[in-house]
Amino acid sequence: MTEVLIKVGFLAIAALNGAIIFTIMDVKGASWMQRRPGPLHVGLRGFIFPLAEILKFVQKEDIIPTEVDRPVFKWAPAYVMVSCVALFAVVPLSPTLVVADLELGVFFALAISSLGTIGVLTAGWSSANKYSLMGGLRAAGQLIAYELPLILAVVGVVIQAETMSLVGIVEKQIEWGVPFVVGGQIIGFLIFMVAATAEMMRVPFDMPIGESELTMGFMTEYSGIRFLIFYISEYMNMFILCAIASTLFLGGYHVPLLPTEWVNFYGPVVLLTKTAILGFILVAIRWSQPRFREDQLQNLAWKILIPASLVNILVTAVLKVGF
Amino acid sequence: MVNALGPQNLNSFSEASVSVEIETEDMTLNIGPQHPSTHGVLRLVAKVDGEKVHDVKPVLGYMHRGYEKLAEVRSYPQITTLVNRIDWVAGFSNEIPFIAGAERLMEIDVPERAKYIRLILTEMARISSHFVFNGAYALEVGALTPIFYAMEDRERVLDLIESVTGGRFHPNFNRIGGVKPAAGAGPTSKKNIQDLPAGFYRDTKVAMEKVIMAADQFQNLIGGNEVFKKRTKNVGVLTPETAEAYGVSGPILRASGVKSDLRMQTDYLPYDQFDYDIPVGENGDCYDRWDVRVKEMVESAKIVLQAIDSMPSGPLQAKVPKVIKVPQGRTYVRAENPKGEMGYYIVSDGGLGPYRLKVRTASFSNVSILPIMLEGALLPDLIAIMGSLDFVLGDVDR
Repeated sequence: MTEVLIKVGFLAIAALNGAIIFTIMDVKGASWMQRRPGPLHVGLRGFIFPLAEILKFVQKEDIIPTEVDRPVFKWAPAYVMVSCVALFAVVPLSPTLVVADLELGVFFALAISSLGTIGVLTAGWSSANKYSLMGGLRAAGQLIAYELPLILAVVGVVIQAETMSLVGIVEKQIEWGVPFVVGGQIIGFLIFMVAATAEMMRVPFDMPIGESELTMGFMTEYSGIRFLIFYISEYMNMFILCAIASTLFLGGYHVPLLPTEWVNFYGPVVLLTKTAILGFILVAIRWSQPRFREDQLQNLAWKILIPASLVNILVTAVLKVGF
Repeated sequence: MVNALGPQNLNSFSEASVSVEIETEDMTLNIGPQHPSTHGVLRLVAKVDGEKVHDVKPVLGYMHRGYEKLAEVRSYPQITTLVNRIDWVAGFSNEIPFIAGAERLMEIDVPERAKYIRLILTEMARISSHFVFNGAYALEVGALTPIFYAMEDRERVLDLIESVTGGRFHPNFNRIGGVKPAAGAGPTSKKNIQDLPAGFYRDTKVAMEKVIMAADQFQNLIGGNEVFKKRTKNVGVLTPETAEAYGVSGPILRASGVKSDLRMQTDYLPYDQFDYDIPVGENGDCYDRWDVRVKEMVESAKIVLQAIDSMPSGPLQAKVPKVIKVPQGRTYVRAENPKGEMGYYIVSDGGLGPYRLKVRTASFSNVSILPIMLEGALLPDLIAIMGSLDFVLGDVDR
């Protein structure tokens, strides 16, 4: 029982801290790209900014409009957040530092990652607001479309590693000597990152929020701490998907040439560094790209990403059998 | 009976069964008056079927301030204060046609130097307006960064306007017969009138070079962006015929391929002494409307640079009576404002103020095209098209 509690506590704290690190990165990246002095200099060079933001949201009034479906409206943010935290359970920081090394780790991750959709959809539906509803429906359409390339991109890795356990996948990469992104899964990696960006609803795929069109999409009616939960979940999701991407494609907690017996010490640092690099790329994309249109997004998923990932699986399978 | 079961009939039966569709009601979506991308308080009542927009009705009047009526009880020098609040993004250029109309009725010859100063400031107002458009439009298609660059560069131009007029947005700088002595001139008598502030030429040159650089940067960073092209090319195509039929003017009309620019056609300011191009679009889509404005910024900067090099010397103010009374008569003066054609119809009965003042603003006519352009558009396109019209609600409602 204690062990379970410790694990759950670790998950929540780790995911939250990851989210805060990514918030700092996003805000500082934005101010750096936009030449804004504020977040670069105010308050310990901008590092306590997320704390101020959290405090601001916590003390604001939690407005619940009269027409909303109250229980659904209230629980939707929690639903989104829990599905994000649960996702982190299978990410290994080292062969032993892992909350749950599941045999079907990849399967679990992909299944849980699509659970958040329900939270978003219910948030949009229960808000009794047309903008929220459209945002929720857009989110549902988008997440269904991008779930497929996400899964299919991972299938290539699974074939190559011959296991669905995330620890097993990393061990296979150590055995190979090079991470999978070099060892033949470059297309899979790119597809995974594009689909993951769409999954976490970030620019250029942020139509469910699309503040210039739908004001704030499914979050329009939320305020105070419930809005904060959505906000944190977005970064949590970004952190965890980046961590999964670095585990699957970039060699996870290990870099070549480092001694494997010390992996428990350097593993977390290595994984966090890789995650942060991926996160920085996403930040750079977010602050430099416009938003796609809804139909363009669907076209990209169904006409380009899914066929490409199918070809990727085919090639991987043929090579696997051939050699 | 045999015929009834023939292959043709079977075909029609099957088609009939296929063509039964789910009938859904259109959702009425109120976009505005409070909405992030309606540039103020425009309200669009849109009938949407999912993402598709079927019918749009713009509802105006949320910002009606009654300037036309108010002008009837104000004297001519007071009215410039009102009119530069019409299109607040380019406050200075609103004053020009009104002042030019009053001067025409009074038959005053404005000194060349005053005209040049007016021209320089008008072009600066155009540049700052287009800067705002560039930032806001990128924001509307989802790019969050360009607005910070645009605002920073605009600030440089606004500083110049402020150094001359004392106001960033509402200069209230024009006087009948000339321009006001520059800010900080102290007590003014006609003899010791102070001219443009020290260092103005140098600062303007630097700022205009920066504007040209910024326009180049926009062309690369926004115009060269694949996603931006995808969002704007072939979206919201406006044919020249429709544009002319609806009285659309300014960059929107030029983007549709009509080479019409009042700076060349009328003589409210000495534009004929400068060498500049009028950028014209080809397709009349959102991208062209954006592109024309960016190119216009460069042309405006070129005009300002030329004007500074050839600035005539002389007085700033023509001789005008102490109490300004405009003789009986009527006139219509139109000018090329950043948003399009702006005109003032002044009817004077010889009093201190106009008997009637009719303001023709560009944005009002430009917004009237929305229902036609938005027919069958997608919701994200609605925002892209609306943003590309670059209207200001103060300019629509007056």
